[in-house]
Amino acid sequence: MRDVAVVGTGMTKFGELWGQSIRDIFVEAAQQAITDSGVDHVDSLYVGSMSPGLFVNQEHLGAVIADYLGVNPIPATRVESACASGGAAFRQAFLEVASGASDIVLAGGVEKMTDGADVTDALATAADQEYEVYHGITFPGLYAMIAKAHMHQFGTTREQLAAVAVKNHRNGAKNPNAQFRSEVTLAQVMGSTMVADPLRLLDCSPVSDGAAAVVVASLDVARKLNKSFVKVIASAQASDTIALHGRESITTFKAVVEAVKKAYKIANLRPADINLVEVHDCFTIAEIVVSEDLGFFEKGKGGEAVAQGLTAIEGGRIPINTSGGLKAKGHPVGATGIAQIIELYEQLTSHAGPRQVKNVRRGMAQNMGGSGASCVVHILEAQ
Amino acid sequence: MIGIVGYGAYLPRYRIKAEVIATQWGADPASVTRGLQLFEKTVPGQDEDTITIAVEAAKNALRRAQIDPREIGAVYIGSESHPYAVKPSGTILIDALGIGPHVHVASYEFACKAGTEAMYVAYSHVKSEEMRYALRIGADTSQGAPGDALEYSASAGGAAFIMGREKVVAEILHTHSYTSDTPDFWRREGEDYPRHGGRFTGDPAYFKHITEAGKALLEKSKLSPGDFRYAVFHMPNGKFPMEVGKRLGFTKEQIETGWLVPWMGNTYSGSSPTGLAAVLDVAKPGDLIFMVSFGSGAGSDGFTYRVTDEISKVQDRAPKVRQMLDEKKIYLNYGEYAKFRRKIKLND
Amino acid sequence: MITARYHREIPQRYRLEAGKCSTCQHIAFPPRPVCPKCKGRSFDTVRLSDEGKIVTFTIVRVASEKFSKQTPYAVGIVELQEGIRITTQIVDAELNKIEVGQRVKLVFRRIQEDGRAGILCYGYKAIIA
Repeated sequence: MRDVAVVGTGMTKFGELWGQSIRDIFVEAAQQAITDSGVDHVDSLYVGSMSPGLFVNQEHLGAVIADYLGVNPIPATRVESACASGGAAFRQAFLEVASGASDIVLAGGVEKMTDGADVTDALATAADQEYEVYHGITFPGLYAMIAKAHMHQFGTTREQLAAVAVKNHRNGAKNPNAQFRSEVTLAQVMGSTMVADPLRLLDCSPVSDGAAAVVVASLDVARKLNKSFVKVIASAQASDTIALHGRESITTFKAVVEAVKKAYKIANLRPADINLVEVHDCFTIAEIVVSEDLGFFEKGKGGEAVAQGLTAIEGGRIPINTSGGLKAKGHPVGATGIAQIIELYEQLTSHAGPRQVKNVRRGMAQNMGGSGASCVVHILEAQ
Repeated sequence: MIGIVGYGAYLPRYRIKAEVIATQWGADPASVTRGLQLFEKTVPGQDEDTITIAVEAAKNALRRAQIDPREIGAVYIGSESHPYAVKPSGTILIDALGIGPHVHVASYEFACKAGTEAMYVAYSHVKSEEMRYALRIGADTSQGAPGDALEYSASAGGAAFIMGREKVVAEILHTHSYTSDTPDFWRREGEDYPRHGGRFTGDPAYFKHITEAGKALLEKSKLSPGDFRYAVFHMPNGKFPMEVGKRLGFTKEQIETGWLVPWMGNTYSGSSPTGLAAVLDVAKPGDLIFMVSFGSGAGSDGFTYRVTDEISKVQDRAPKVRQMLDEKKIYLNYGEYAKFRRKIKLND
Repeated sequence: MITARYHREIPQRYRLEAGKCSTCQHIAFPPRPVCPKCKGRSFDTVRLSDEGKIVTFTIVRVASEKFSKQTPYAVGIVELQEGIRITTQIVDAELNKIEVGQRVKLVFRRIQEDGRAGILCYGYKAIIA
């Protein structure tokens, strides 16, 4: 397989975009990415989107996007892996270029969640319909059960969960595209409305509209473009049981462990070699558990780590979610995985402005579906 | 010998006190509880209905009978609150319990005596040697109109009985039914709540039918009230069963074991069946039991039973009625009660 | 709720019927066409016990439309005696007294309904033993 690079990026603001449709926002992000990259064409495109059918009654999204982007007749495919749809779309684009089948592929993600669908119902389709959702569990409910188990087993505290939200809001405040640009205090998080014990409103990522896109190209093409680019040095994916009750352990995401193991092996690296990571913090507890499963902290110590500031931009040992994470940046489901890649790209090309981490060489993006049934991990390296 | 080979009851854990309902509607709580001799009633959970109650009661009956569910030839559920107007409650119960599919299923209704009339039919099938075992259940989650006198008593619960010829715990000696067109209490198709004739529900309806069926039963059996250890009557409130028992010649002591209504409320089709189950929980071999139900509209089914030596083997195999009545109760306020019983108009 | 989709799951939801692999004895609930342990393809039907303990749980306060009138309600992961775990509501309990590790029993309850005129859907729920 040949080397692959990310050569351009584009994204809309994430938030409640009342005036724009799913087609509008995707085209906006994609155009930006194409212009940013300087390429004059793309060979194919992948769009990650969890459920345009349920949110806006539109399937066949690849065809719709290619039409509205004006790139017919290139192949266009929608990729779905629940909340990991964006990461999975990126992986498909990576594989298509790495294999030599294409030279330039657009990888995008989009979700339009505010057009009136029952969001709780739609998001619940990422869980086991017949044996989880049938019984009344919700997405926050699933992660709440993980939180309770983690607290019971390792003594993780409510304050530690809140610390994740506080940190991510502090980072998001510095991100012009973030849905929430204001900081929150520990007290505000701990006092917000209870959604599913012990998770409160401010432990949960929001409902958002948004689109993000990147242009992926072979290293040869990248070099000829005469601009900064970033190399993809590992791409990995793994799956686990659909239902949380089917997992080996409720406090470890095996799909994360397996995917990152493969990624480290491909790139011949260890956790200490990674300088920053974008983690799938759909709920605060997710960031804590994933930070352990990615190998940055011992199992059970993820809560302590964030409370001690080890994952902050300033003075952190391993900054997590410098973009603001899903919590502050927003979580238009399908777009999230791509937005993570974009944050790494900005950091690795020294364009992250007030969020810039110093001396970064390698960044990791971890995107996860459902309650951990799928996980996609990428490692990018500055050039 | 034909009779009951297994029995079981089920009562939900939720309760509401009569005084809470009285206060809600501006009635004097003390007068209500004194007048009806009723303190609290059972309330079904939001996830409970006649079918779920019947299933739990039948599970207890199967635990006591210890037979293979597939040997049951008929399943009859009597209720005035079947969840479906068209689709018998029994069709769901049989799949829940592993009964059938080679089984006869039917739904019965006759106000509060739907359970006992199902008993009569189940007994007849076994007696005619049509089948080895027949299961009948009386269960209800009856509704009283808000602010109406019936709201104090309309409650939820049920009891199940398996009829057979082997290892009978209570033999059925005699039966008698008495029916007439007496419009004391009814519900028209499509209406949410029933209506009743006030004091007309007393002497011309409840007392007349139970007394006539009771007298005929005593004559058939050539026994007198004093021969019976226990007497169970339909219990719409605390006063009526004590009064009708007295009129037939029974004493308070004979009636009080099955007299659950002051704490259970009127479980309609579950009323006298649950009273019978409570009696069987403590009965001794040789005891004679006299039971007459009442269903508005109106009719009564009467039965006499003789408890056998088998009874002591089965009593402890499943939860007892008194246990379910007295333990782990959860009290509701009127708002919670109204929400559970869907008395609140929703935007759907 | 499409009636065929409901009907297919009745043996599992009403009677907890699971599939025991004839080759390696691994029990899968609900039954699978392929054994997750040994990839075997032949199974015997077994009924799971109705007793277990709470592994973890939460109290749902914001639910989808269908369950919105029941909030707050408890949902948990219960481990049955065979070691199989299921997701189920925990009912008839004071919410602040539910604890990880408590023993529970499964009972037959109405799980949901398809609006006012659609079918009624039943299944298992847990009560504190």
